[in-house]
Amino acid sequence: MAEKFVAKTSEFKDGDRRIVFVGDHEIGVFRHEGQYYAYSNFCLHQGGPACEGLTIAAVEERLRPDQTSQGLYFSETEMHFVCPWHGMEYDMKTGECVSDRKKKLRSYKVLEKGDEVYVVA
Amino acid sequence: MDLIADRGRRVSIEELNTSRLLAHARKQAVQRKFDDMLIVDVDAHHYENEHMSEILPFMENDVWRQLAMSGREKGTRSGGALTVQGVGFQDMGGRVTRYPMRASEKTPDDKIRDVEIGHRWMDAMSVDYSCLFPTGMLSIGLHPQTEMEVELCRAYNRWLTEKVMPDSNGRFFSMLCLPFSDPDACLRAVEEFGHRKHVGGFMVTTVRNNLAVNDNRYIKVYRAIEERGLVLSFHSGPNWGEPIFRSCNRFLTAHALGFSWYNIVNLSNWVINGMGERFPKLPVVWIESGLAWVPFLMQKLDHEYMLRPSEAPLLKKMPSDYMRDMYYSSQPMEVQDMGALECTFRMINAETQLLYSSDYPHWDFDLPSTITDLPFVSEKAKHNILGGTAARLFKLPPRNEKQKENLIKFGNYTAAA
Repeated sequence: MAEKFVAKTSEFKDGDRRIVFVGDHEIGVFRHEGQYYAYSNFCLHQGGPACEGLTIAAVEERLRPDQTSQGLYFSETEMHFVCPWHGMEYDMKTGECVSDRKKKLRSYKVLEKGDEVYVVA
Repeated sequence: MDLIADRGRRVSIEELNTSRLLAHARKQAVQRKFDDMLIVDVDAHHYENEHMSEILPFMENDVWRQLAMSGREKGTRSGGALTVQGVGFQDMGGRVTRYPMRASEKTPDDKIRDVEIGHRWMDAMSVDYSCLFPTGMLSIGLHPQTEMEVELCRAYNRWLTEKVMPDSNGRFFSMLCLPFSDPDACLRAVEEFGHRKHVGGFMVTTVRNNLAVNDNRYIKVYRAIEERGLVLSFHSGPNWGEPIFRSCNRFLTAHALGFSWYNIVNLSNWVINGMGERFPKLPVVWIESGLAWVPFLMQKLDHEYMLRPSEAPLLKKMPSDYMRDMYYSSQPMEVQDMGALECTFRMINAETQLLYSSDYPHWDFDLPSTITDLPFVSEKAKHNILGGTAARLFKLPPRNEKQKENLIKFGNYTAAA
């Protein structure tokens, strides 16, 4: 397993992302709410650059107790990243494909060493 | 460039470069040796609506041209839209980034922008030839003025055949837009453009509510296309404004149903009225509805025909047999149930009747790997679907020796060369 330098911690702000290459691996590293998440950059749909698109909160439809719809809202807690080719959405915290959670991007371990961030592949 | 995400949050995305965006497609193409296969994309698009200042001067009638061009000069926007653009969210709120970022893509000044960008995606996917279709003009059938439909179709067809495609090193061809609201004008279009270079046939935009495809007034048009050895295609689309779809509260629903619906209606009228008997040598292609609707319609029409043959007296075989004589473009190919897809391939004789299409750059495009990675398709069928069958239909030659070998190997070379 190789450790690949991603960025200086001080230069990797919340909401940022980096794409790093380790051998045949292409890895998207995100910083979200102070945590690091790293996933394969190959979309499970048709192989697009899954980690290079928009990050956007999950859309929720809220229901009232009587099951009538209250409308659409952006989630307060669930962030997605979106493959720019076709719009396939992934859960930032798990790498699961949100339309079929049995499908999941390969995840990678992220290490903080002093002021530096590394991904292990 | 920044995109707007949730609650106004801005997300920085690199400016668009199609080659960079499709780097993974190129990787797939290299891994799968796509350059050795002739690949023909029978349904790709450009945004002609962003070049109206180049297209409108080709309008024939002085009055309609003046009407269309006035108000489009810089600084004046009083003219309004020329084509009816339906409500829709193709870009999924910016999630499909090439929509909002399209204007940021840089192209050399001395190249025609749509050709340059087209070659970028074709090279990435290893597509040798693309059948270029418009985007905004796909809704031309909703225009309330027949004269404007006729004028805009002709202007677009002239611009495409005289300015755009000649600059593409022979890699673009098209099936030109027919002004279907006016059968006489359709015939004139076939007579005027049918012999031109890069013209493989003619296309009916099916999002419309006028004459049925079997109307007697169109017979001369189909005959003229058949006599010239050209192809007739029907390109579907969504129309959220269609009364039946107004109950759909999501674009997903209107999009999924609309694309299928228009081809279902037109194909049913085509088959039941015996057009396959009347024009046995006319190749007909049904475009951009995916494939899942075809087995449904085969079963449905066969079932009804068995009981009501008196309403379809021209038929000499089952409706599904006529459907198997026609061609289908592959995208957007429904792959969620591989067993159902395999059954569909069997029912449509995919080996000889299915044509690969990408629909790029639209949001639900398919790569060539969607065909080559299917577990149940023979090598011969893969070659045919990706390009061999289209090479025969549109008389497209191989672009290298390996492609020539493969065309010969799978019986697609003689007619193509």
